[in-house]
Amino acid sequence: MTKEFQRSDGRKIDELRPITAKVGVVPNADGSAMFAFGDTIAIAAVYGPKKMHPQHEQDPVKGTLRCTYNMLSFSVSDRIKPGISRRSVEISKITEWALEPIIMIDKYPNMVIDVHINIIQANASTRCAGINAAAMALAHAGIPMRDLVSSVSIGKLDKQLVVDVSKHEEDWEEGEGATDIPITMTSKGEITHMQLDGKISIKQLKEAIEIARESTKKIYEIQKKALKEFAEEEKND
Amino acid sequence: MTRQIVIPGEVIFAGEDYLPGEGTEKRKNEIISLIYGLAEESGKLVKVIPLSGVYHPRRGNVVIGQVENVTFNGWVIDIDTAQTAFLPLMEVPRYVNKEGLEEVMDIGDMVVAKIFGMSKRGIDLTIKLRGLGKINEGIILKINSNKVPRVIGKEGSMINLIKENTNCNITVGQNGIIWIKGDKVEDELLAKKIILFIAEKSFISGLTDEIKKLIEKEK
Repeated sequence: MTKEFQRSDGRKIDELRPITAKVGVVPNADGSAMFAFGDTIAIAAVYGPKKMHPQHEQDPVKGTLRCTYNMLSFSVSDRIKPGISRRSVEISKITEWALEPIIMIDKYPNMVIDVHINIIQANASTRCAGINAAAMALAHAGIPMRDLVSSVSIGKLDKQLVVDVSKHEEDWEEGEGATDIPITMTSKGEITHMQLDGKISIKQLKEAIEIARESTKKIYEIQKKALKEFAEEEKND
Repeated sequence: MTRQIVIPGEVIFAGEDYLPGEGTEKRKNEIISLIYGLAEESGKLVKVIPLSGVYHPRRGNVVIGQVENVTFNGWVIDIDTAQTAFLPLMEVPRYVNKEGLEEVMDIGDMVVAKIFGMSKRGIDLTIKLRGLGKINEGIILKINSNKVPRVIGKEGSMINLIKENTNCNITVGQNGIIWIKGDKVEDELLAKKIILFIAEKSFISGLTDEIKKLIEKEK
């Protein structure tokens, strides 16, 4: 492509929206964090490890990670019906799968770790913001983890790959339309989650993964900084 | 010795010189932190102390709990952990009639106990040492278990300061449950107020001086 691709909000193709990350936002939770991609704000609260109830769901071999993704009714311009929906159940499960590989869940038999993710403001990439917040909240809860995960959504607008899609871009209709690819990676670039609905060539998908690798690195640094800053405040002897 | 803040997956030390301790893992020749907390190195052993999260029971910890159930051979104690704790009849330092376990401790009673064993099935408690046993009177309060080291202070400096100034006997359970026993209710309430102040303002510098000021004001 000869002409520079123009994004609706004037960002460069590999530019993330301004990120805010904060740890310890929910005082009553065992661990909590806030993560925002521009207008998309997610709050994650971790409770546990605690005894699994109901008892028949207890697993004596390893613990259970239970994620609940919830979009608050006022998070979008048209009020959405509160409560669980087909979409929220799917994203909850996806979040569990994205986080499970890094958590040393086998240390907590018969126990459950509850992760509640609330989207208080949505402008696309909510699941990515949710996963990022959840990873930080789990670390804050003192749960042993192999690594931290960072998530980013890669979009294909017509034929152009862009980083961190916004709602406006998600509704792109020109040419091939918009394809959204949320990808979650560890700090070493191992993929723990990838979703894709739409059309993309294998070559371009590989390209998208490489772009995600670069972007998650940036996100990881921000998550790391937020965790360290919080500890610094708490530590002061 | 310096302490550094680490996050999960972060390399603490590289090279073959160090041994992985609690909260760490060795991958190839790097010591990697598994938890979010402060990394400490002593005698080549590297360990990470968590800063937050729920209470993780350890062998040797003195804890305070509530009797949840009475069984034919002991008591099930709730010590605010995911695993259930059990105090067997054998670990009570006096003769107990097998028919009347409730007479020693009944459901709802509070007890100071020590963790002497931990297995996959649960936590085993004992009250065979001095200072352990059923609580009969006083005030019980609960703070975040991560604040316990602050309440105790360096080598017990903080807790001794409170004890001296309030004439109360204070037992701090590692699980964050605290038992205050004094001669007068006013003393007990003052001790409670000071402890809650520490738990809330644990991050401020010069905490000991602040506490001294608070004691002066209250007297």
